[in-house]
Amino acid sequence: MKISYFPGCTLKTMAKNFEDSALASLSSLDIEMKEFKRWNCCGTVYSLTSDDLIHQVAPIRNLIRVKEEKDTRVVTLCSMCYNTLKRANKLVKEDSEKLDKLNNLMDREDVKYNGEVEVLHLLEILKNEVGFSQIAKKIKIPLKGLKVAPYYGCLLLRPPEVGIDDPERPTILKDFLGSVGAEAIDYPYETECCASYHTVVNVDLVVERAYDILNSAINRGAEAIVLSCPLCDFNLDNRQKEIKEKFSDFKGIPIFYFTQLLALSLGLDEKVCRFELNFVDPRPLLRSKHLIGEV
Amino acid sequence: MKEKGSVMEKEKETQSQEAKLIPVYIMGKRYEVPEGLTIMGAMEYAGYQLKRGCGCREGFCGACATVYRTADDYKIKTGLACQTVVEPNMYLAQIPFFPANKAVYDVDKLEPSISTFQELYPETFRCVSCNTCTKACPQDIEVMDYIQAIIRGDIAQAADLSFDCIMCGLCAARCPAEIVQYNVALLARRLYGKYLVKKSEYLEKRFKEILEHKYDKEIEELMHMDRESLKKKYYARDIEKM
Ligand code: SF4
Ligand code: SF4
Ligand code: FES
Repeated sequence: MKISYFPGCTLKTMAKNFEDSALASLSSLDIEMKEFKRWNCCGTVYSLTSDDLIHQVAPIRNLIRVKEEKDTRVVTLCSMCYNTLKRANKLVKEDSEKLDKLNNLMDREDVKYNGEVEVLHLLEILKNEVGFSQIAKKIKIPLKGLKVAPYYGCLLLRPPEVGIDDPERPTILKDFLGSVGAEAIDYPYETECCASYHTVVNVDLVVERAYDILNSAINRGAEAIVLSCPLCDFNLDNRQKEIKEKFSDFKGIPIFYFTQLLALSLGLDEKVCRFELNFVDPRPLLRSKHLIGEV
Repeated sequence: MKEKGSVMEKEKETQSQEAKLIPVYIMGKRYEVPEGLTIMGAMEYAGYQLKRGCGCREGFCGACATVYRTADDYKIKTGLACQTVVEPNMYLAQIPFFPANKAVYDVDKLEPSISTFQELYPETFRCVSCNTCTKACPQDIEVMDYIQAIIRGDIAQAADLSFDCIMCGLCAARCPAEIVQYNVALLARRLYGKYLVKKSEYLEKRFKEILEHKYDKEIEELMHMDRESLKKKYYARDIEKM
C-alpha cells in the first residue's frame, strides 16, 4: 500500500523518535509513506473562531498539495496535526461559502479544493487496513510482560465527529497494545487533557494534571505509557522533571510513541526507535524485560 | 533567475526615438511619460529625484522595491522599479526604505538548529501560510516555502530556496504575521554556509592557486579592458550550476 503522508513540523524536529520508528515499521509492513511535496505547518491548532478563516488556510493548503499529487487520502501521525487537518476539512466540506472564500484567497494555486481529500490517522490505517490481527501475526518480539497504559488525550477523540474512536471508552490503543503482545493497563485518566499549550505559560497547571494522569496509571501497575501526540508527550515526558520537583513521591515512568513499540515488536533494529530522544529513558525497563539487549 | 539588466538598455533606446506619451499616476498625481520607460525612469522623467530606493538600476541590488496598481484591477502588484515597464494608467509610488526587525548575533556562536530561529526570530513561527509573501516577491522566490522549511528545521532547504533573494523587503511589507522573511533567510544561509554545507576541496585548491598568483595576469587584463569588451565578457560568462 502507498499513501500520501503529512509529517508535520514537530516530527521533523522534536519528535524524530516518532517519525523514524513509524517509517521503519511501516516499510516493514509494506506500507509506503509518500511525503507529499511542499507541505506547510498544519496550522498547529484548529481555530474555534468562526470568522477567523485565515487560520484555515494552512490546513487546506496542505490538502490542496495532496490533491495536486492526485492523491485522495493523507495520513498523519501527530494527533494535533490530525485534529487540525481533519476539522478544517470538515469545516469546508460543510460550508461551501467558506470554502469559496478560501479558494479565492489562494488564487495562486493551480487547483481548487473541494473537500475531496480524506484525512486519516495512522492508527486507523493499522486497525482498519492492515488489521491488528495481521500485525499480531507479523511481530517477531512480542512485548510480553510489558504493562503499558494507553493515553489518548483529547485530539484523537474529540470532538466526536472527527475522533478515531469512542470518545468516552476508546479501545484502539488497547487493541494495538494487544497486537504487539503488551499488557494494556486500565485507568480512569486515559482521555484526560494533558493541559496542552498551557505548558508555555502555566507549567504548574501541566505539572498537576500530568501528575494525576501518570500517578493513576502507575498505581494501577503501569510500567510505561503509550501515546501518539508530541505535545502530550512533552507534557507527560519532559515535564516529569518539574513533576518530581513538586511531588516528592513521584517515581517517574517512561513514555512511548506507539510506533516505537511497533518497531520494537516487529524486531527492527533498536536504533530506529531513537530511544535516546525520550526524556525518561525507557531502555532500563526494556532491558529488564529482555526486550532489548544489554549495553 | 530572471533576465536582468537589458531593460535599462531598451529604455534608453525608446527615449532616443520619439516615444508615445502615456498617462501614469505618481502618488496620485497624473503625469504623461514616454511609453517604454521603467517605473524608475518614469518617476525621474516626471521630475522626482531618487536618492534612496534606487541603486544598481540593473535588477540586482533590491533597493528599488515598489508597489503599484494597474487600472481596473484590485490587486496590489509589486516589482523592481528599475525593471518594471510602465503601462497606461498605472498607479505608482516608491518605497524608499522598509523598517525591518533585524537580530544581532555572532554567527560563530550559533547552533545550526531550529532553536536559533526560535530565539532570534520567534515571529517566524507565526506564519499562517497565506502565501502573500510569495505573491509579492519580484524574484519569483517561493518565500512561504522557505519560511515553512525553517519552521520544520530544514535550514538547508531554506538556504537553497532563498538563494536568489535580493533583500528588497516586499515580502516583509506584505506579511500579516510581521515576519521579516529576508533576514530570517539570511540567517539560514549563514548557518548553512558556516555549519552545514559540505566543505569544497575545489575551493581550497582554487584559493591556493590565487595565493600563488596564478590568476594575476587575467585580473590585470580585466582591469585594463574597456567598458564595451568588459560588458561583452560579462554577459557571455559561464554561470556554474549549483
Ligand atoms: S524574498 Fe522578500 S526580500 Fe527577498 S527578493 Fe523576494 S520579496 Fe524581496
Ligand atoms: S506572508 Fe507571512 S504569514 Fe503569509 S505565508 Fe508569507 S511568511 Fe507566512
Ligand atoms: S535599482 Fe537595484 S534592483 Fe532596481
